[in-house]
Amino acid sequence: MSEPSPPAERGDPLVHARGLRKAYPVRGGAAGEVFEAVRGIDLDVQRGETFGFLGPNGAGKSSTMRMVAAVSAPTGGELTILGLDPRTHGSQIRARLGVCPQDDTLDNELDVRDNLLVYGSYFGIPKAELARRADELLDFVQLRDKAKGKVVDLSGGMKRRLTIARSLVSDPELLLLDEPTTGLDPQARHLLWDRLFRLKAQGVTLVLTTHYMDEAEQLCDRLVVMDGGVIVASGTPLELIREHSTREVAELRFGVGENQRHADAVADLAERVEVLPDRLLLYTDDGERALAEVTARGLSPVAVLVRRSTLEDVFLRLTGRTLVD
Amino acid sequence: MSVLQTVTRTVPDWRLVARQRLYWSTVYRRTWRATVFSSFVLPLFYVLAMGVLLGGFIDAGSARLEGAPSYLAFVAPGLVASYAMQVVIGETTWPVLGMLKWDRTFHAMTASPLSVPDIVAAHLLFVAFRTATTCGVFLLVMAPFGIFSSWLGVLLAWPVTVLVGLGFGGVMHAYSSTVRGEEAFAPVFRLLVVPLFLFSGAFFPIANLSPVLEWVARVTPLWQGVDLTRMLVLGHVRPGLALVHLGYLVVLAATGWVLAVWRLGKRMEV
Repeated sequence: MSEPSPPAERGDPLVHARGLRKAYPVRGGAAGEVFEAVRGIDLDVQRGETFGFLGPNGAGKSSTMRMVAAVSAPTGGELTILGLDPRTHGSQIRARLGVCPQDDTLDNELDVRDNLLVYGSYFGIPKAELARRADELLDFVQLRDKAKGKVVDLSGGMKRRLTIARSLVSDPELLLLDEPTTGLDPQARHLLWDRLFRLKAQGVTLVLTTHYMDEAEQLCDRLVVMDGGVIVASGTPLELIREHSTREVAELRFGVGENQRHADAVADLAERVEVLPDRLLLYTDDGERALAEVTARGLSPVAVLVRRSTLEDVFLRLTGRTLVD
Repeated sequence: MSVLQTVTRTVPDWRLVARQRLYWSTVYRRTWRATVFSSFVLPLFYVLAMGVLLGGFIDAGSARLEGAPSYLAFVAPGLVASYAMQVVIGETTWPVLGMLKWDRTFHAMTASPLSVPDIVAAHLLFVAFRTATTCGVFLLVMAPFGIFSSWLGVLLAWPVTVLVGLGFGGVMHAYSSTVRGEEAFAPVFRLLVVPLFLFSGAFFPIANLSPVLEWVARVTPLWQGVDLTRMLVLGHVRPGLALVHLGYLVVLAATGWVLAVWRLGKRMEV
């Protein structure tokens, strides 16, 4: 767009939301019947930080991302992106965003490099500049040798890297990644994380959704936990763990069907005990001592483990469910 | 913010429409070889089989052929207009569903500065370009058969075929943005394309239909296009009727365009 877009001033949040809501009409439902995917959330994403939405499927993460990407209009509340209102300045906002969608939207009919060139042309980037950026980005995501290859021949991890390269072709101020590593094997995930770290180091603001707590812990400076369309907790990964969990967790496995039966016998050994189908979790600041006491009581679990609390524990505490069902 | 009215643009921003030229030229570069056969060889086959060979058996005088000097001269302009419809339906059924569902090209486009009205405008301009090239070639193929009364008429008939294309293009684009799967296209061909192709006056004067069916044929968009193209090519223009045809096709194209923007907008929102 040629009209000047006011730059968000330093210190102003890149994304600012208050009471943000999204309701969809229910298909085949009664007139006016709606499903509320996002039920009033407050957000502030600062320039340069990596901000995460953590939550299970259906928590409202993707709906929120679509609103932040200025493709889906909010049905309630306040939202500004880069200081602009997406309801009136969608095109101007999208010109300054990079979007890496959850589902692959690469053009299978075009070769790898043409995917970057064609997408870049929507931003009005001059041809020579676009060609230079395309080559640079293919290097960055390690796909230079596939430049003339077909998209259908790429692996899942390569496609995701190409999608990230494509989202960077407009040199965005804010990069939105919707479940960037879902469905990738561990090696591909680590390669992708490495690229995201490099972007972060270059000062790009990242907003991502994930349902992997290790991803959130690795990448995010700050995150919110969403469940049922609302934010149930927010903070840095460390703050969340401190606030909502104990320092350590002792895991006890008594074998299938035996866990519930033993829960009462150890209930007093920890601040809190969670019963999962395959194990008991004892939340305590001293896991070894809890274990010693378990043994002292003559209980003999099949397997034991003491570890530090993770975001998974925070999530379990907040929602009563594990993240990945 | 108390009033939550979405301010959605409904008219295209032509700068953003122009930014899609690389996409559409890339698409065209990939497919033009396949269209050479359908653009050049197929029209020749049609004119030879229907006009020259089948026409050889038909000696209804020009009075029974709406004033055309021969069956060849009668059927050839009808074939061009019908061909415009066929080409456009081909461009606005599977390709639209593919961009929505299989390649999700529309989703990629709406993540960029482009908005739905810009995307529809560029797509329909491409449809117009496809009609203009195929029907232009079709008209050239007909030239050696000596049925044109004047080159001016042919030059005017050319944009008419594009208008026929846009008339069907917008409506079909809207339809294809609404359907869930490709099974929804079979009825379009069975109930719309084939009957229109056969009974819209391309092959015989619609006066041969029963009076009721004749009136049905008269209100179909294809007959409007067939009759207008024929008038221009053969040089028998009846100005009043020609204006009705023109007005009908312009209104259809404009309505279809608006519908296409509305339906794609709806589909992309949810």
